[in-house]
Amino acid sequence: MNQLLVLIQKHKFPIGMSEKIMKKLQILADSAKYDVSCSSSGSKRKNTQRGLGNTNGMGICHSFTEDGRCVSLLKILLTNHCIYDCAYCVSRRSNDVQRVAFTVEEVVSMTMHFYRRNYIEGLFLSSGIFKNSDYTMERLVRIAKTLRTEHKFNGYIHLKTIPGASNELVREAGLYADRLSVNVELPTEQSLVKLAPEKNTADIVKPMSFIRHTIEENRQEIQLYKHAPAFVPAGQSTQMIIGASPESDWQIMQQADSLYKKFHLKRVYYSAYVPVQQDQRLPDLHSLPPVQRENRLYQTDWLLRFYGFSVNEIFNPSAPNLETDVDPKLTWALRNLHLFPVDINRADYEMILRIPGLGVKSAKKIVAGRKFHHLTLDHLRQFGVALNRARYFLICIGWNGYRRDWNAAEIKRQIIAGNTQSTQLSLF
Amino acid sequence: MVHFVYDGSFEGLLTAVFDVYEGKAERAQLFSIKTYQPDVFAERRDVFTDSVKANRVWKGLFRKSSPQGLLNVYSVYLSERTDRETLLLAFFRRVFAESVSIEDDFSSPLIVQISQISRQIHREKHRFEAFVRFIHLKGNIYFASIEPDFNILPLIGPHFAERYADQRWIIYDTRRQYGLYYDLQQVQEVYFEAVPDSLVLDLPSDQVEEDEALMQQLWQVYFQSVNIVERKNMKLHRKHLPIRYWKYLTEKKI
Repeated sequence: MNQLLVLIQKHKFPIGMSEKIMKKLQILADSAKYDVSCSSSGSKRKNTQRGLGNTNGMGICHSFTEDGRCVSLLKILLTNHCIYDCAYCVSRRSNDVQRVAFTVEEVVSMTMHFYRRNYIEGLFLSSGIFKNSDYTMERLVRIAKTLRTEHKFNGYIHLKTIPGASNELVREAGLYADRLSVNVELPTEQSLVKLAPEKNTADIVKPMSFIRHTIEENRQEIQLYKHAPAFVPAGQSTQMIIGASPESDWQIMQQADSLYKKFHLKRVYYSAYVPVQQDQRLPDLHSLPPVQRENRLYQTDWLLRFYGFSVNEIFNPSAPNLETDVDPKLTWALRNLHLFPVDINRADYEMILRIPGLGVKSAKKIVAGRKFHHLTLDHLRQFGVALNRARYFLICIGWNGYRRDWNAAEIKRQIIAGNTQSTQLSLF
Repeated sequence: MVHFVYDGSFEGLLTAVFDVYEGKAERAQLFSIKTYQPDVFAERRDVFTDSVKANRVWKGLFRKSSPQGLLNVYSVYLSERTDRETLLLAFFRRVFAESVSIEDDFSSPLIVQISQISRQIHREKHRFEAFVRFIHLKGNIYFASIEPDFNILPLIGPHFAERYADQRWIIYDTRRQYGLYYDLQQVQEVYFEAVPDSLVLDLPSDQVEEDEALMQQLWQVYFQSVNIVERKNMKLHRKHLPIRYWKYLTEKKI
């Protein structure tokens, strides 16, 4: 707040329009920041008719805020006016905050100006719900349409689907946007009922399922006629808040897994709950956001999507929550010592991928490199494998893996001790 | 020992490789004239850059390489490392000595090192697709200055030409003192005579378009507003956004 005033004073900007738009931007960016998605990847949109912009499928993080999060898109709300009163949301109806709204032109112009200066990859537009769902959705669509048709803008557009919006509007949104997302908000229906009593699961599920089916129809259309307009080429994603409700990590990942399977989502985002107001249904206002837990959930998400793990391999009734001191892959390996050590010069790619401390890139290098030469620990070190974890779980020439008289607890102790030892050493 | 001294260009480097093979010089070393220091115990041979010779070497590599392999060679050249000629000559020798592609031989330290350098260059290229900040100058030109660790301008040119096809722009490398200029038709290299740092970093207000100051402020306001104070993590911040880039980033200037 103070920094904003300093800025305005420093530059002696004419009081009036520019101050107003800065104020709006400050409020509407601040209330959009809890939406964690900032991805600008997964879409390939060529620059048509020598207009402005393209997306190349990779996604670019143009900057990083002091919390270490990527800034890729201009992520704002159209307005923070809202008819709903969801407990976890800073824009809830009963919250005493200043309410503002951008006009369609303001959002369009800011997006173009920022994009031309290479500040952003595109626009991520969400909104509080004013009047009703369709009224709000219609405005979001109009902004995307103006950018694409009037300004020949080919950068990335991510639109939030307003729960309860009509299928026609969602379909139109998907023709202009690269990605659509509908937030499930909370891991289970019980929590949604408790914290967002005016929302209902059906309103969230319906558009997700509509988007999934429209994407599939669109893929078939494009196969028949390759110039058919693409519908959300970067797919759909969703977000749930972690730590505002009592679900276990197992429940959260089961829900995520079923969302991936049911709606073919590109991503599920997990957002550590940041207390925004005192409410008896929620954690205390002064509690810290559970960032460590969020990190472990993302690691688990990666294990599901890129490492061939299933939810029930990672969790079981005696371990419904992830361990905080070690990563989920290591936890799994320690529970399944009978599968280790793995011979990196012989084992299948799938099994190599399951060695703790070793990622997809290293696994591929191992499989490619061992055709030329037997690999040793030195090779792995050069590939960037985290040997402090990996070495207990693999064998190769000159390395025999962990001592067979060690049990899981002992290996874990060694790994954690090794970690602290090396951090202590690096201080000097 | 024979020292092959070339003019420092990529074409010159490829010509030098050709000359090494043509002269059947077993104990050869390549040097760029820009860094060469004569050695009384070595025989010096000057390489005259020849696009026909360079093309033959490139085509020879093309036949035994994937596009990634070609990019790796070019990346090592752009890295400006002092040992780049040594690495590349060793690489070419191995490529031409073997009948199969050795590009994926990650059991060889040379291949691992080349792939690591290439990754570094690619990371820097990707960073500068992100960290370029254009300033809207009078005369409707968008200008940005950068100071990358490696000479990545040739790699990012096509990206900016495709993306900003409808605006004229200049990206200027202050360390290497040259830039790229896109005139709505094509990208070309440009040189300015003695550009003072102060001009590059802080353009006088009579040279920038009127909308520029407001947009910079809006971007700064935005940058501060999306930060979640409760999650502050400066270590991560600096890891992703190393301090050496800050002076060129509009959002980090205040």
